[in-house]
Amino acid sequence: MIASRKDTFAVARYLLLIAGVAITLFPLLWMAATSFKLPQNLYDLSLFPSPASWGSYSYIFDKAPFGTWISNTAIAAVATTASVLVFDTAVGYVLAQFSFPGRKLIFLFIISTLMVPTEMLIIPWYLLATKLALTDTFAGLLLPGLLTAFGIFLMRQFMESLPSELLDAARVDGLNEWSIFARIALPLMKPALATLAILSFISNWNQFIWPFIVLQTENRYTLPVGMVYFSSELKDNNGWIQIMAGATVSVIPLIAIFTIFQKKIIQGIALSGMK
Amino acid sequence: MIARTARTNAAAGWKTIPLRISYRTQRYLFIYLTLAVPLLYFFVTRLLPIIYSFYISFREWNILSPSKPYVGFANYSGLFTDEIFRKSIVNTFLFVAVGIPGQLAAGLAAALLLQSIPRFRGFFRTVYFIPYITSIVAVSWVFRWLLMPNGWVNSALLNLGLDAQLFLLSPRQALYVIALSMIWQSVGFQMLVFVTGLEGIPAMYYEAARIDGANAWRRFQHITLPLLNPVILFSAVIAGISYLQTFTQIVSMTGEGGPLNSTRTLVYHIYKLAFKNFEMGSASAATVILFIIIFAFTLVQIKALERKVEY
Repeated sequence: MIASRKDTFAVARYLLLIAGVAITLFPLLWMAATSFKLPQNLYDLSLFPSPASWGSYSYIFDKAPFGTWISNTAIAAVATTASVLVFDTAVGYVLAQFSFPGRKLIFLFIISTLMVPTEMLIIPWYLLATKLALTDTFAGLLLPGLLTAFGIFLMRQFMESLPSELLDAARVDGLNEWSIFARIALPLMKPALATLAILSFISNWNQFIWPFIVLQTENRYTLPVGMVYFSSELKDNNGWIQIMAGATVSVIPLIAIFTIFQKKIIQGIALSGMK
Repeated sequence: MIARTARTNAAAGWKTIPLRISYRTQRYLFIYLTLAVPLLYFFVTRLLPIIYSFYISFREWNILSPSKPYVGFANYSGLFTDEIFRKSIVNTFLFVAVGIPGQLAAGLAAALLLQSIPRFRGFFRTVYFIPYITSIVAVSWVFRWLLMPNGWVNSALLNLGLDAQLFLLSPRQALYVIALSMIWQSVGFQMLVFVTGLEGIPAMYYEAARIDGANAWRRFQHITLPLLNPVILFSAVIAGISYLQTFTQIVSMTGEGGPLNSTRTLVYHIYKLAFKNFEMGSASAATVILFIIIFAFTLVQIKALERKVEY
């Protein structure tokens, strides 16, 4: 009797969780399904369009610059991530492993910038970019994200786990601080570096406000910016199939990256979100 | 560290003094050289812009004219006499008021369910997390398409014998529909934070309560909730700050913050003032207001957090 009640509860839990899966995935499945439809079947409610068509994809890559936007976004995300990896890691290492005058103050200063809304910085950034003639350029796009307080915080958390005896031993052996950082700390921190790289890539891929403001020429847009203009124009011509194809290509690379690296991503978010 | 250095230097005999100095110099050189560029960068891209925003908020400036006359608090009072600005503040707080409880309740429910099952945890966790990493712009357009007058949701409603709804075209529904899409996107993140929090609660508390005959609801009420309190408050701050900054969803789902300004948020208003009307002074004043709201929000929550953790 008790056992069967327990079983009922267990089944109910799984049913609830499965309902959650449906709510979570349905919008994304509907997005993908719509992108393969033919215009005359746009309002069909089937999740498996027949006949399926790649027409929308050839449209967004041939008639709209989605290819350019994807490569712009990828290049910007990779470049920013490279910069973040170098600088955030070095700063995180110094803050975690050394004591020196001003350490607390510097850490506090960096962390407190996390509280400042990006929107407050965007107007001055825009003015700065205008002054330096960087609006509508790749350099201007990268300008605000080259270092992140979040990354420094994350790397400091990771770097605290480095055994300081090991670093001291290297010092005794006569290695200078630069070699210790590059040849001992970094190799040990490979998993942390990977986590930072993935998180940075994801957030840069989806970055919207700053690119939306600093970029003005169509073929310099990043994917989210291009997507907004493209979709706003097409929605009036009932271009939902093409819009959903655009949304699908915006979302698929990240879902792929997430499924491959999910352990690292979840670990990084748990570590930075909890402390 | 110091002890170790001293020992090494002692072993080095007569070289002790010069070696220690050069070592210390090298060390500080490494520390401050590493920090120099990053600190300069944060100074130029974070600190100076904040100061500059405050400065411009007391000036009238249209970005083109060389002069920026001082106008005192005129930009601020101008904002508060502007009906649309006041509306955008109310809307922003509505997003916060709907978003925080929605996201936290859904995230907690998902986390508790996940904790209570023996198998497939990894699968559910992965699936629930997917929306969090998807592009807001892309997802917003998907929701727009689902919620169109003749979109999938309305077809489903009609098939169930219910009335079709205007959703994003209705001044009464649009804001809540957008908030729902934001909750949908953040449940996985929230769940993850709660799962980590739940894992930190010692299992023996539950065992002791079970021996004392406490049922599941009482265990939740008297163990889970109080011990999870710091995590709940922390999450409320993070979520609150993100709902205060609602912008991308507005540009993608209702374009201009319509219908009838019913979804115009503070950040959308700032964008409009700065980059459409080029009223840099008013726009900066609005960013200062946003900054103060976020700051107050954080302070209140930190205070609450300190108090709750004590017992």
